[in-house]
Amino acid sequence: MANRWLGFVTLLVFTFLLGPLVIMLVSSFGEAGVLQFPPENWSLKWYANIFQGSMFMTAFQTSILVSFAGNMLALLVGLPAAYAMSRFQFKGKAFLQTLFISPVLIPGIVLGFALLRYIIVTFQIPVYTALFIGHTIIMLPFIVRVISSNLDNFDFSIEEAAVSLGASRVGAFFRIVLPNIKSGIIAGVLIAFLESFNNVDISVFMTGPGVSTLPIQMLTYVENYFDPTIAALSVLLMALTAVLMFVIERLVGISYFTKK
Amino acid sequence: MSHVSLQNVAVAYQKTNILENFNLDIPEGELVSLLGPSGCGKTTTLRLVAGFLQSHQGSIQVGGKDYTTVPVNKRNFGFVFQNYALFPHMSIFDNIAFGLRQRKVSKKDTYTKVMEMLELVGLQHFENRFPKELSGGQKQRVAIARALVINPDLLLFDEPLSNLDANLRVSMRSEIRRIQQESGIAAIYVSHDQEECFSISDRVAIMNKGVIEQLDHPAAIYHRPRTSFVASFIGFKNFLRFDRRSENGQKPIFYKGDSTFAVSYEKDTGSMTGVIRPDDIRIKPAGPPVTENELSGTIITAIFLGRSYQYEVKTEHGSFTANQEMTIPFQSGDSVVLDMPPHKWVLVEESEVPSYAG
Ligand SMILES: Nc1ncnc2c1ncn2[C@@H]1O[C@H](COP(=O)(O)OP(=O)(O)OP(=O)(O)O)[C@@H](O)[C@H]1O
Ligand SMILES: [Mg+2]
Repeated sequence: MANRWLGFVTLLVFTFLLGPLVIMLVSSFGEAGVLQFPPENWSLKWYANIFQGSMFMTAFQTSILVSFAGNMLALLVGLPAAYAMSRFQFKGKAFLQTLFISPVLIPGIVLGFALLRYIIVTFQIPVYTALFIGHTIIMLPFIVRVISSNLDNFDFSIEEAAVSLGASRVGAFFRIVLPNIKSGIIAGVLIAFLESFNNVDISVFMTGPGVSTLPIQMLTYVENYFDPTIAALSVLLMALTAVLMFVIERLVGISYFTKK
Repeated sequence: MSHVSLQNVAVAYQKTNILENFNLDIPEGELVSLLGPSGCGKTTTLRLVAGFLQSHQGSIQVGGKDYTTVPVNKRNFGFVFQNYALFPHMSIFDNIAFGLRQRKVSKKDTYTKVMEMLELVGLQHFENRFPKELSGGQKQRVAIARALVINPDLLLFDEPLSNLDANLRVSMRSEIRRIQQESGIAAIYVSHDQEECFSISDRVAIMNKGVIEQLDHPAAIYHRPRTSFVASFIGFKNFLRFDRRSENGQKPIFYKGDSTFAVSYEKDTGSMTGVIRPDDIRIKPAGPPVTENELSGTIITAIFLGRSYQYEVKTEHGSFTANQEMTIPFQSGDSVVLDMPPHKWVLVEESEVPSYAG
């Protein structure tokens, strides 16, 4: 009896989780000018539509650029921070740990608005720079967290061994520590990239006239049109995400994102 | 002149002193081991010598050079870690070559030296393997080779064998001893294992709470512990604090209540605490009246140890532990007499002691 209930609930969960995705996937191939399920006629024209005109391509480029640049900066800050927090005991460590994680704890809307209101407006920061800063902040916690969890299992005695054999601290970091946490770094970078690339709630405050990230552009589009272009674009983005997740899974296992 | 000399060094973690006014001298080529209970500061001492920790006073000298403030990577000491600490992403060759490459040794010399080392530790043809493809004992050999190849001024071992099984530990320790003696490099060796320390060392330092209580040759420590802590640590289970002593010609007599004990010693320290090993007490069935160095008692428990039985014997001066081989063992409740000959007693200085008999 209990088992049957469980089966039923599981079925419901999967239906609600996957149903919309399946509907979107199928209807993106419809011919009609509105979303239809199942479509009466089949076509690839909405996929072609994505690449017609520069609207999505420009936004895509902006997204890639912002996510990539922010990613690099977040890595530059996040890697040494994660290393220091795993390796050393120091005053204010707990505070720093919380600080690096806080962007995921605060609702994006609040964070986005706060950034806009107190930083962007106050300092008159241009749109691109604002996006760059905002996305660095989005990505930092993911990078710090994934690399930290990698370093927490790291046996620092091999670093000490290297130093005792004559390597400098910096040399030991690059030659001994880095090669052994490589997969964690790549995973952190990829997951942060996905997080930034798909972000809406913070980007929405940072974008301005003429500059838009892909999700924001999509949002604007659905406000005006009802055709399946967005469905087609979503399918492409899903495919991209799936590929990245596959790579991450191969590198470190998906458990990285389910454990705290 | 000693090769290694720690003078008055001190280490504190978060304001708790772990080592204080710590001194240790090691002659050229000697292997000294640090032995003591968990948390007594063995690793701390080793890490201090290696340079991972700094002493806030005193000095560390090796080979006549002052190392007190020299950073780890400029010390040229070989450190062998408990968990081997091999570089997982490097082949065995690259692991051993690491220190040489840091020293900018030429490619050709590096190759020759690494190959020599592999031969010394009996791992020819292993150079292309990776650490995860080796057994524990093989990893430990690589760790030793890696520390040795830089021709260090001092070798430091932190419980290098504790992750190995018992048989391998025994063969590896003679291996380490052989390599250390062949290379003639002074070494400090930390271990929990008494037998290991005794068998491998020129001298053993028994540590307690950050202090060396006795530094001596293994046999001297085994037979002549200086303090009650050292005695209890190396297996003297029976302690007796005497009431008074009297000089009877050459032979001093110690008194405890109505019992009298003749105790032979080499040097009179004026100590009034005697210790004796369970193995050195003979148990006899009760019968004739007790004489000097005898004590009557009752068996409380008998535990089978394999080769012998271990008895807990209750006497008027507290309970004693005695081991004895016997085909027909005593039963609990049996009345017995303990015979504790003069030359088996050792007089010790009192330090922190477990529980006294009497
Ligand atoms: N990083 C640290 N911070 C604070 N206290 C420490 C630290 N490392 C060691 N201690 C303390 O210093 C004391 C000595 O530690 P040490 O590691 O030298 O002991 P040990 O003799 O090597 O013990 P074991 O046989 O268990 O390895 C212990 O009381 C320990 O709790
Ligand atoms: Mg230790």
